[in-house]
Amino acid sequence: MISTVSKLRTFAGKAPWGFSFFGAAAIFLATIVFTDGVGAGQIITTALTFGTMYVIVALGQMYVITAGPGNVDLSIPSTIALAGAVSMKIMDGNDALILWGLLAAIGVGIAVGCFNFALIRLLSIPPIIATLSASFLVQSASIAYGRGLRIRPPEAFAEFATGRIWGLPTLAIFALLLTVIGSVVLHRTVYGRSVTAIGQNQRAAGLAGVKVDRVRWTTYVICASLAALCGAVLAGFSGGSSLNMGEEYLLASIAVVVIGGSSVAGGQSNVAGLWGASLFMYLLVTMLNTFGVGAGIRMIMTGLMIVAIITIAGGPKPSRT
Amino acid sequence: MMPNLMTPRALRSLLPAISFTVLLIGIFYVQPRAMSFMGLNLMLNLALPIALATIAQMFIITMNDIDLSLGGFVSFTACIGATLLGESPVLGVLALLACIGVYALLGALIHVRNLPSIVVTLGMSFVWLGAAILVLPTPGGQAPDWLRAIVSVKTPFVPFVIVASAIIAVGVHLFLMRSSTGVILRGAGGNPQAVARAGWSLFRAKVTLYALAGFFGVLSGLTLVGLTTSADANIALRYTLLSIAGVILGGGEFVGGRVSPIGAVLGALTLTLASSLLSFLRISGDWQIGAQGAILILVLALRTLVNRMERRK
Repeated sequence: MISTVSKLRTFAGKAPWGFSFFGAAAIFLATIVFTDGVGAGQIITTALTFGTMYVIVALGQMYVITAGPGNVDLSIPSTIALAGAVSMKIMDGNDALILWGLLAAIGVGIAVGCFNFALIRLLSIPPIIATLSASFLVQSASIAYGRGLRIRPPEAFAEFATGRIWGLPTLAIFALLLTVIGSVVLHRTVYGRSVTAIGQNQRAAGLAGVKVDRVRWTTYVICASLAALCGAVLAGFSGGSSLNMGEEYLLASIAVVVIGGSSVAGGQSNVAGLWGASLFMYLLVTMLNTFGVGAGIRMIMTGLMIVAIITIAGGPKPSRT
Repeated sequence: MMPNLMTPRALRSLLPAISFTVLLIGIFYVQPRAMSFMGLNLMLNLALPIALATIAQMFIITMNDIDLSLGGFVSFTACIGATLLGESPVLGVLALLACIGVYALLGALIHVRNLPSIVVTLGMSFVWLGAAILVLPTPGGQAPDWLRAIVSVKTPFVPFVIVASAIIAVGVHLFLMRSSTGVILRGAGGNPQAVARAGWSLFRAKVTLYALAGFFGVLSGLTLVGLTTSADANIALRYTLLSIAGVILGGGEFVGGRVSPIGAVLGALTLTLASSLLSFLRISGDWQIGAQGAILILVLALRTLVNRMERRK
């Protein structure tokens, strides 16, 4: 038992992302064995569609978490709700206005991101508290703005959100492109390297000439913009926006980042792991559903799984003191 | 000895009281009829469970950790209070004690494996919510009579909720700020190395703080279900964010075990009052959460100002 755990630990240390893919595959196999192979294709396409939403949001959250200890964005759910409502209102069910709706959603994201960082910087408060306070305001804005708002998405936009290309969900392909870009930006650009450097040691990064404030600002804007984009897509997918459609994404975004093998302490991130972790999270729910367990057991299992994974992967190793 | 009220330190600790008073004066100005036993009772009716949850969160924040599962935990204990506790009191009490035990275990796990509390409690929030759904699949249940009797005690002159809040605030203050155990607990958050080198066990400090948080979480769930008489699995989910906001409003900081029990209770009361002021001003309920956020930002801005003042000296 102990040796298994330690083996798992070394494995998790070498390839943190492999763990999530391995888990996702194991769970998928268990489900298929249980159903005798019935509905395998269906499960994969659904998992890809719903997993995609997790990936988009978690990509932003990963940028923020990478920027160092204590950095986390709690305003994601309210941003999703507000951006969803705004984009649906601007699009107004009209195909010609889709682009404007998307731009408006991203505008909401940029505004929220700037507000978040302004609070962090001007009040010099921890990001958890800043994004928490901001989320209260954004949430109220979306309640007041979205009251009684029930606008269906434009036909073409709904088609994009629910459609398929060569049997694959269009959304999944779109998100794959997004993660490739996200990965290149994080690992190959000055900005991305700066985010990682700040996450490893903010003071050292600052002394080495990294413009810490500007990089962190950009990071919060990127995170909020991706959440906003997800809000618009989610509204298109589910036939209109609703106030609580972002709720599950706060916990999910953090969980996906952690299960995907990024360090919660920052400075180390993993884009590929996001996909593995998203599929893992969604397939876990599907498997428990197939086994016929109730909502209560399903949530307990999901929660214990998150705790178990972080326990095996372990926390940040204490640095030299 | 009269402390100088104009020092940044004194100002900072007075800030929660000041913001509470300003809000109360605002309410009395807009609606003078609220200035009565009945008015205060109505406005602060649901403040007690929030205050207790805020104290629970404060113990976690003392250790520089954060508990994202508190809302789910309070919901779960409320569900037990509405079902098991009435049906078979012994089993109910055992279940609640086990809950506190789980919190202590979480503290141990987080300490031993050096885990980020945010992720562990995030996972636990799913567990508590799932457990609450198992205990109480549909809203309902019935709080035991004795529980309802306790929370609806009528005290003379001052509403019970204010008396109880004051007792909690002062009691926890004496324990955490004045007792030698309290000093070690705060020290474990403020300067763990110093505490460890002086020979105290960080492990025990962390387990104690988590167990205390579990204890006050249970109290919060019980008072909540006593007030509402029935429960549902989602009854207290918003307490997670509300309790963090309350601690911060009350002068808590995420560094160095800087917390204040009296401030935390005042912070919880302030957040509860904010919605009353809004309804007296005839502002739509849509902005209720937003107003709580705005108050939070305002108080934080004032604190930053005080801190800047301190640095300039």
